[in-house]
Amino acid sequence: MSLKLFKPRPDAELIIKDAAKELRAPARRLFGKRILSLGGLVMLSGCNISDDKSVNTMLRKISSFNDDAQALLFDPNRLAPTYPESMITRPFPFNAFYDIDEVPEVDPSAYKLTIGGLATGKRIWTLDELHAMPQESQVTRHICIEGWSAIGKWGGVRFADFLARAGADTTAKYIAFHCADNYSTSIDMPTALHVQTLLTLTYDGQTLPAKYGFPMKLRIPTKLGYKNPKHIVAITVTNEYPGGYWENQGYNWFGGS
Amino acid sequence: MHTERKTEYPIQPLWLRVTHWINAIAVLIMVTSGWQIYNASPIFRALTFPSALTLGGWLGGAIQWHFAAMWLLGANFIFYLAMNVTTGRFRKRMFPLSVGAVFRDAHAALRGKLGHADLTRYNAVQKLAYLAVIVDLVVVILSGLVVWKSVQFPMLRAAMGGYDNARVVHFFCMSFLVAFVALHVAMVALVPRSLVVMIRGR
Repeated sequence: MSLKLFKPRPDAELIIKDAAKELRAPARRLFGKRILSLGGLVMLSGCNISDDKSVNTMLRKISSFNDDAQALLFDPNRLAPTYPESMITRPFPFNAFYDIDEVPEVDPSAYKLTIGGLATGKRIWTLDELHAMPQESQVTRHICIEGWSAIGKWGGVRFADFLARAGADTTAKYIAFHCADNYSTSIDMPTALHVQTLLTLTYDGQTLPAKYGFPMKLRIPTKLGYKNPKHIVAITVTNEYPGGYWENQGYNWFGGS
Repeated sequence: MHTERKTEYPIQPLWLRVTHWINAIAVLIMVTSGWQIYNASPIFRALTFPSALTLGGWLGGAIQWHFAAMWLLGANFIFYLAMNVTTGRFRKRMFPLSVGAVFRDAHAALRGKLGHADLTRYNAVQKLAYLAVIVDLVVVILSGLVVWKSVQFPMLRAAMGGYDNARVVHFFCMSFLVAFVALHVAMVALVPRSLVVMIRGR
């Protein structure tokens, strides 16, 4: 009891402090409410935040940083897993930026593959010439950027062999592809030279059907589906960033898996 | 006149509050952009996420967000774990933890008899929930790495049961994380002082 006599003022101070707190409380509550509604607003307009130009620029920059990160992660000696033929997905899904009835019909007799840019060897190739080269096949998993995957069997020429015969400058940064369906994409040189990267002419032991990319599809099991161009008609070796159909719209360029 | 309270120990140190809120932002971006990515090829046909709740506008945009925020989530999480271990906070606040204590506290909580007067200590249910969500974050990151780079991480891929299965693991980790956030936010609403503590530290 007697203690109180010695400390009367701290009590008063505490009361004043409490009162001051009470006064501030409504303001604080209002602030809290505003924070909540701001949060709600951000949530509601969540999908529009990507339309902002500066946000988009930042996202593209990070995506290109991710290209470099993936190039570092890419081990040229690491193989994508291969599977027994019994695990092939049947039917293998058709996928393109158009419907199956719009698949281009390429005339095999008139078909020519051209290779341009930084290459000093044979520049124009017929299908027979490609078939005359050593062939190999592999059963690998195709992984789509959408998330689904399917196992298929592709056969053809090792792309590194083809590049050597075409006299491609393998110190160049990029290889770009232009396709009969107006699709385009481009890849990095280390991936182009990977042993599992094949210029494929067959699917499941048969001539590559139109829906899977006749007359040829570049099969890259270390990259996502959109980095595996079909119906290729022109290949360019270059140091200038070539972009691609999906890449120009915002898909990550490296697209490794 | 009155003594300064400089010596007072903050209940939640600054580094913890900062990592908590960075994590909250990163998780919000990861989950909402992840839902948009999921919608491009749903694992369960019957389940897609309403586009109003998703981030990115389309698959390509969502992937840009997802693979940008992954750095924020990962770096922040590693820093959070390192600080927890080196400062001894992990040991002090999460342990000891026993099955009996969890049941006791869960029982008390359900009867509305679990007090939150002392915010310097977590009850056993809280400890379990926080430890579980930390483990969940580890698994969501590792399964995400497999979905992103299944060829480059063969051991992780095997641990997740292959590429397709890694997506399923990733999905359920996300579900657990979202369930945790829902419960966490509900608990904060019941004990608003804990929100103040997570902002001011005291």
